[in-house]
Amino acid sequence: MSYRGIIAETIKFRGDNGDEGEAYYARPSGDGKYPGVLVIHHLPGWDEWSIEVVRRLAHHGYAAISPHLYFRDGPGDPDDIGAKARAAGGVADAQVMGDAKGAIEFLKKQSNSNGKVGAIGFCSGGRHVYLAAAQIDGIDAAVDCWGGNVVVDDKSQLGSKRPVAPIDLTDKLKAPLLGLFGNDDKNPNPDQVNRTEEALKKAGKTYEFHRYDGAGHAFFNWGGAGYRPEQAKDGWQKVFAFFKKYLGA
Amino acid sequence: MCSYIVEKAAIVGSAKGQQGWMRVDTANVYFDHPFHSTLDHTLNIDFTSEADGARDRVAVELSAESARQLVDRILAALKTGEAAHMV
Repeated sequence: MSYRGIIAETIKFRGDNGDEGEAYYARPSGDGKYPGVLVIHHLPGWDEWSIEVVRRLAHHGYAAISPHLYFRDGPGDPDDIGAKARAAGGVADAQVMGDAKGAIEFLKKQSNSNGKVGAIGFCSGGRHVYLAAAQIDGIDAAVDCWGGNVVVDDKSQLGSKRPVAPIDLTDKLKAPLLGLFGNDDKNPNPDQVNRTEEALKKAGKTYEFHRYDGAGHAFFNWGGAGYRPEQAKDGWQKVFAFFKKYLGA
Repeated sequence: MCSYIVEKAAIVGSAKGQQGWMRVDTANVYFDHPFHSTLDHTLNIDFTSEADGARDRVAVELSAESARQLVDRILAALKTGEAAHMV
């Protein structure tokens, strides 16, 4: 077996409100039809780890795109822009959904598209994937990696930017959902994950949840304090098996 | 999960960022997952100028223990410095 080549680059895409922003797009090189994957980055921003995930997906045969959700707060280094967005209370869910739609449309328009698109998100991105699976047409598989605040017990946390708790939209989910969670995570904590699972069962949704002992938040993030190699290795296998089942590969 | 919890301090002063010295009017302070540090959580401070659109910042990420020690040293420096300069 030899490794496939990939092409990886920063491109322009049309997001919410038709705004032109930047996204990182990677896909296998050479001719072929590939499933697409939207990668939704975490709260700190469009960082190097998120970009590496895009390349990993391309290496595994997907045309993957990660839109920079904070591009409107630039220009500048992504970590500085992420800090600015955090201080402003983040970006509105409606805007993220608009950017997600734009990125999905980009993937589907490419000549390399096999017509299927999945979505994967990490941390706040996992929460955004849950929302996207309920609010956006055209997602064939959704992966929520430790998305916090899917369950919102303190309703004062809801506001104009995040008006709805994603769990309240569970009956509207249009895509099968894979959820990966560390049992030591505080947000989402195991009780919240259990409650999310109950909502999915009650709504009759297609889902798989996997919970990992000895792992907390962000356990896929190589280079971070939360990285757990064994749990991450298993988690990635779950991701690729899920995408293979629903997107083809 | 990372959160949007940020304590904002209105400040008066200057900081040296990527573009050189700049006026700063805000310190955004938050205890959360760091960007660069390999600690699980850090006390993060972003010194910036919101009046200038927060285009630049000076960022630090500190362990909780060192952040508390820093608070203590800041107060100590103010005490001894103001005495020395008869402020």
